[in-house]
Amino acid sequence: MALIRAFENAAEAASKGGVAAFGAALGGAALVRGPLHLSTGQEAVPAGVCANLERADLLTSTHRGHGHTLAKGADATRMMCELFGRATGYNHGKGGSMHIADFSVGMLGANGVVAAGIPIAAGAAHAIRIRGGREIVACFFGDGAINRGPFLEGLNWARIYDLPVLFVCEDNRYSATTATEAMTGGEGAAARAASIGIPATTVDGNDVVAVAEAAQDLVAAVRAGKGPRLLHAITYRVKGHVSVDPASYRDATEVARAIEQDPLLIAAAKLAAMGVPEKEIASADAAAAATIAAAVSAANAAPFPETALAYTDIQDTGAGRWL
Amino acid sequence: MTYAHAAVTALADAMRADPAVVAMGEDVGRGGIFGQYRGLQQEFGPMRVIDTPISESTIMGAAVGMALAGLKPVVEMRVADFALCAMDELVNQAAKARYMFGGQGRVPLVARLPIGIWTASAAQHSQSLEAWFAHIPGLVVVTPATAADNYALLRASIDSGDPVVYMEHKELWGSEGEVAPSARAELGKAKVVRAGTDLTLVTWSRAVHASIAAADAAAKHGVSVEVIDLRTIWPWDRDAVFASAAKTRRLLVVHEAIQAAGFGAEIAASVAESLAVPVARLGGPRIPVGYAPTLEAEARIDAARILARVLEMLDGSGRKQSVA
Repeated sequence: MALIRAFENAAEAASKGGVAAFGAALGGAALVRGPLHLSTGQEAVPAGVCANLERADLLTSTHRGHGHTLAKGADATRMMCELFGRATGYNHGKGGSMHIADFSVGMLGANGVVAAGIPIAAGAAHAIRIRGGREIVACFFGDGAINRGPFLEGLNWARIYDLPVLFVCEDNRYSATTATEAMTGGEGAAARAASIGIPATTVDGNDVVAVAEAAQDLVAAVRAGKGPRLLHAITYRVKGHVSVDPASYRDATEVARAIEQDPLLIAAAKLAAMGVPEKEIASADAAAAATIAAAVSAANAAPFPETALAYTDIQDTGAGRWL
Repeated sequence: MTYAHAAVTALADAMRADPAVVAMGEDVGRGGIFGQYRGLQQEFGPMRVIDTPISESTIMGAAVGMALAGLKPVVEMRVADFALCAMDELVNQAAKARYMFGGQGRVPLVARLPIGIWTASAAQHSQSLEAWFAHIPGLVVVTPATAADNYALLRASIDSGDPVVYMEHKELWGSEGEVAPSARAELGKAKVVRAGTDLTLVTWSRAVHASIAAADAAAKHGVSVEVIDLRTIWPWDRDAVFASAAKTRRLLVVHEAIQAAGFGAEIAASVAESLAVPVARLGGPRIPVGYAPTLEAEARIDAARILARVLEMLDGSGRKQSVA
């Protein structure tokens, strides 16, 4: 969690002037360019869920996917290089933040399209089923995704074939700049899952222990072949939709209340109550800060991809035919 | 063997050869509504020949997930028109995943999107949308015209490792032809299906047959038409088309798809940029396909229309116009 927070803070700092939106102008000096979707304040969800996953398990993510990627075990330096658009990034600079991926740890990609990861997760789980593997797929999506058709289709698909998927609705309460509640009929993700026959658990998504315990039971059921499960983790998007969004459409007291529920503070308090010395918590924060500082330096020093790379990994059939 | 049976045979051979190949879509367990999956579930079982709900987005999206996880799915969209419900999954996911993830994953997926006017099926079951997909980097677009090619091109598509939009024609399912067992066609290679010297006619899919008929009729007017079946829309065989057009000094592209912004425009423009020869196109008018026979006929490109366009490029009597 500390690593995710440090990563998000560093990425945010490097993104100033990176995109012309929300009244912000494009500045030439930005190191992280384009829309940057931060998961600051949502760290307990990926941390708690991924603590229950194995390396061979697969994961699909959203446009707000740094936390999922780090929690699945990706390397922060190669991720930061990707955000900086460098050749040494996971995607060689072809994807950036919105398409961050590390297939070597089973992280099958962040996605620029809301809900698009849900059918992909169902298919990856279907492949596991066909092959008779014991891996599972964790499918992260946001509260906005439950209003897209692939949510219904993908959950139904996972149910009828009894696929090993843990659906995780990381509910940060906002669909871009719109409060999701006003746009959602009925009782939300868990109720919709239940209507398709998928057991669902709702949890405080800012309490990593609660998330981890809930995920433990659900992962065990999925891995035991009982079919898909859904975890509805309620958290809060502390930052705007993208890093340059001041989110001034939100009530200040709502934001202040949410910040009091910072998942890192909650986790620190729980650790302290368990007798973990404050010094140890501080040293974990310091280690995360050092790792991320090194990642930023490495990304800064790394080269941009050669232009020839624009023409690779597109398709084999007809490769070389660009006109 | 019929065009439909050739596809079943190709898929069965591919599934026997490689356990990673699976097929899925609506109604495939009962053979598919055109018989293009007949007998496959009996042989390979429901785990590999998968009946799905009417969920085009997830049929295509799940296929992307399967492919990223190591399978080679062949998915059925029933008609190309229905694949429009799966456009994000095909265009933003299948076509982009390999590139945007920096080559970490690949999407070996064959999406069967049958095209073409299907008698009395009206506007939402009749479109020929091959040009849409030719526009998308990452996709291969294949349009078999014969039973032999439906075997050989489907095998090649499954083998290719790329996402392939495989567009059979709905009025060719029953057409008969010799099929060579285990044959593969090279994707991107056209075929001269009728040799000629006065005009190069490039076409694909069902319009190949109407074009051959038109070429036979043109011969009676003293015009020798070379007919090229393009077979693959992307990558299209520039070498074959350019060589023929350089020889005949005239190019006509014929397709059932709507002429405006059709793939014929791309071929005609490419030839016009490189060779100083007259180029022309013949495609459908920019109208939805109507239900009534009189309306449907307006959307069809038949041999008579093709012949008229051929003769227009020469003079009406068949005497060749001088090419300055």
